[in-house]
Amino acid sequence: MKYVPSPWAIVIFLAFVIAVFVISYYFAKRTRSSEGYFAAGGSIHWSVNGIAFAGDYLSAASFLGICGLIAVAGYDGFLYSIGYLAGWMVALFVVAEPMKRMGKFTFADALDSKFNSRGIRLVAAISTLIVSMFYLIPQMVGAGSLVMPLLGLPHWAGVLMVGAIVIIIVATAGMASTTYVQFLKGTLLVVFTLILVIVIMTRGFSTSPDQGGTVPYHDFKIIEASSSEEAPEIIIQDGSYKILEQWTVSQKTGDLVFAKLLDSSTGFESIWKLNTEEGYLEETLTVTQTGEGQTLYNGGTMDEERFYQVGHMSRIEGETDVETGPVGIFSFFSTIKESTLVRWEKQVISDGEDTINVYYQNPTPGSEVLRPGLVFKVDSDKGATATDKIDFVSLMLALFFGTAALPHILIRYYTVPTPACARKSTIVAIAVIGFFYILTLFVGLGAMTGGVVDITNNNMSAPLLAKSFGIALFAIISAIAFATVLGTVSGLVVASSGAVAHDLMDKFLKIRMSDRGKVFAGKITAVVVGCIAMVLGILFKGMNVSYLVGWAFAVAASANLPAILMILFWKKTTAKGVVSSILVGLISSVTLILLSQKTFNEVYHLSHLHAPVQINNPAIISVPLSFLTLFIVSLITRRSKASNGEINSGELKEAEETAD
Amino acid sequence: MGHGPATKWDKDKSIPYKIRLGLWMFLSYLILYGGFIVINVVDPKLMGTDVGSLNLAIIYGFSLIIIALILALTYNHQSNKLERKYKDKQDDEKEHK
Repeated sequence: MKYVPSPWAIVIFLAFVIAVFVISYYFAKRTRSSEGYFAAGGSIHWSVNGIAFAGDYLSAASFLGICGLIAVAGYDGFLYSIGYLAGWMVALFVVAEPMKRMGKFTFADALDSKFNSRGIRLVAAISTLIVSMFYLIPQMVGAGSLVMPLLGLPHWAGVLMVGAIVIIIVATAGMASTTYVQFLKGTLLVVFTLILVIVIMTRGFSTSPDQGGTVPYHDFKIIEASSSEEAPEIIIQDGSYKILEQWTVSQKTGDLVFAKLLDSSTGFESIWKLNTEEGYLEETLTVTQTGEGQTLYNGGTMDEERFYQVGHMSRIEGETDVETGPVGIFSFFSTIKESTLVRWEKQVISDGEDTINVYYQNPTPGSEVLRPGLVFKVDSDKGATATDKIDFVSLMLALFFGTAALPHILIRYYTVPTPACARKSTIVAIAVIGFFYILTLFVGLGAMTGGVVDITNNNMSAPLLAKSFGIALFAIISAIAFATVLGTVSGLVVASSGAVAHDLMDKFLKIRMSDRGKVFAGKITAVVVGCIAMVLGILFKGMNVSYLVGWAFAVAASANLPAILMILFWKKTTAKGVVSSILVGLISSVTLILLSQKTFNEVYHLSHLHAPVQINNPAIISVPLSFLTLFIVSLITRRSKASNGEINSGELKEAEETAD
Repeated sequence: MGHGPATKWDKDKSIPYKIRLGLWMFLSYLILYGGFIVINVVDPKLMGTDVGSLNLAIIYGFSLIIIALILALTYNHQSNKLERKYKDKQDDEKEHK
C-alpha cells in the first residue's frame, strides 16, 4: 500500500532523535574509562536499569513483530509474548545474581571467572557477535518498515538512518547513553501502548471498520459463479466480466480455484477465488512481480492506490452490519470469541513470466483465533504432523532459554552496583515487560478487526492501527517504534563492541591497550558492527521480524545457556567442555537454521525445493546437543588432565567465593 | 539517577540459600510453562475450552505472565529476608570478635 508521510510524524520523530543526541552528548563528556563505556561505571540505579532492561528487550520484534503476527494469526503471535516473558524467569532465578558476581563487562567474564581460558574468551566473543547479528537483522528490517509510513523514505533509507544514529549513540558514550535512551524508550513504549489499547476498546468493533470515519472499508465484491467436478470450467452470470484464465492449486485441505477476470467497463484485470460451497467468485488482493521486474498492486502501480488495508469481522455474534460501541476487557475477548473474523491467506501462482501473490479471504471463527493453531500447526485433526509439533515445542524452548543467554541482556547486569540490584532490576523488567506483553494481544486483535492491516507487511499493523485514531497518535507510536529499534540496536552494538575490544583484543589476543585505547577499540567496533547491521537490514527486507528474533533466541539458547548453567551448577565442568559446548551449540543451531524450509522459502526464495531440515526452530536439537557436548567433553578432559592438575572445578560455591 | 560507583561487598553467606530458593521457583515455573506447551501439543482443543467469557488459552497465557510477576516479587522478598538475616549474623559475629 502507498504510505503518505505526515509533517507531525516527522516533527515528533526529529524531536526524539534530538533528545537521543542530547543524552549521548551529555554522557559522552562523562565517559572516559572502559568501565564507564562498557558498563556505565556500574552506577545505574536498579529501577532505571529495570526499565532500561525493558527498553532493551522490547525490540522491534516485540512491538512490530508480535502485534503484526497477532493481527494476521491471532493467538499464535501471543505465544511469542508468553515465551519472551517466561524466559525472564530463567534470568531472575538462575542467572542474574551470579552473572553480576562473576563478571565485569561481558558475559565471557562470568564464564571465564574460574578458568582463565583464552579459548572461552574466543568462543564467547564469537557467539556474542553471531547472536547479536541474528538479533540485529530484524531490528534493522523493522526500522526500514517504519521509515516508509513515517517519513516517506524507502526501506534502505530507514536502515541507514538507524545505523547512523546508533553508531553516534554508542560511539559517543557507550553503555551510559544507551541505558538512558532505553529507559526513555521503555517508558514511552509502555505508556503509549496502553493509551492505544484504551482507544481501541473505546471504539469497539464494527463489521465495516472505517478507521474512525476517515477511510471507508473496501467491500470486497462477489460474483455468482458455478463449477463442478464434471465441468470444472467456471461459468459466471455477470456479463460485465470475462474469464481470461483459470488455475487450480492442490492443497492438503483441498483444491483452490482462482480465475483471472477482465472488467469490460474499466479494462482492469483482476484475480478472483472460487468459493465452491457458496457458488461465487470472491475478489482477492494481488501483488504481481512481472517478468520485466515491475511490481503491480492489484494490477496497478503503488501510486494508483488499488491495494486495500484489510482485517474485519464479517459477523459479530452472528449478526452482519453491527457496531458494538465501547467494550471492556472481558467483552473484548468474548465478542471476538463469538464472532467470525476475516483473515487473509496467501497463494503464489505463476502466470507466464509473472509471479502473482494472491491474498484471499479466509473467514475464521473467533474461537479459533483466540487459541493456538493458525500458524503453529498443533492440532492433528487439522493435519498437524509430528514435525509441526516438534517445531512448536522447539520454538517455545528457544524463547524460554534464550532470554537469559542474550549478550545484550547479560551485559546490563554489569551496569548496577550489586547482585541485589541486578535481581531488583530484573523484577522491574518482568513487571514492565509482562504488562506490555498483555497489551500486545489487545493491539494485535485490534488491528486484526480494525481494517488497518497491510497484508504485504504485517509488521506495520500497530503503527497503522494508531493511524486510524489520528495522525498525532500515529506519529508518536511510529517515533516510539523507531526509538524501540534504536534502543535495542544500541544495546546489541555495545555487547558486540565489548566482545571485540574486551574479550578478543584484550583478553584473547593480549593486545596491550591503555584504558582509553580499549574505549577507542570499542568505538571502532561499534562503527563496524553498525555498518554490517545496515547491510543485513537491507538484504533481509520483508521478513516477519518475530521469526528472525526467534532464531536469535535459538542460537543464544544453544550456544550460551548450557555453558552458563553448567558452570554455575555442575562442579565437574571444564574449560574445554565450555568451549566445545559453545561451538557445538553455535554451529548446530546456525546450520539447522540455514538448512530449514523457512530459510529456503523466505531467504533463498527456493520454496519449490524440499529443505533438508523440516523443523524451522533448531533449539530442540541444538540445546540438548550443546549440554551433552559439555557433559562428555568435561568428563573426558577431567580424566585426561587429572594427572597434571589442570582440572577446573566449576563448583558454584567456589566460583562465587573466588568472584567475591 | 545514579547509585554511585560499584563497590566491593562483603561475602554474602545467603548466596547458597538464595540459589536453592531460585532453583525451586524456577522449577515450579518450568512445570507451569511446560504444562502450557504439553496441552498445546497433546490436546490443543482443550485450549479452546470456555472459561467464563474467556477461554483456557487466554486464561493460561495471562496467568503465565501474572504468576511470573508474583513469583518474582516473592523471590525478591525472601532474598531480602535471607540477606538481612545473614548480614545480621555477620554483624553479630564481628561484634563478638
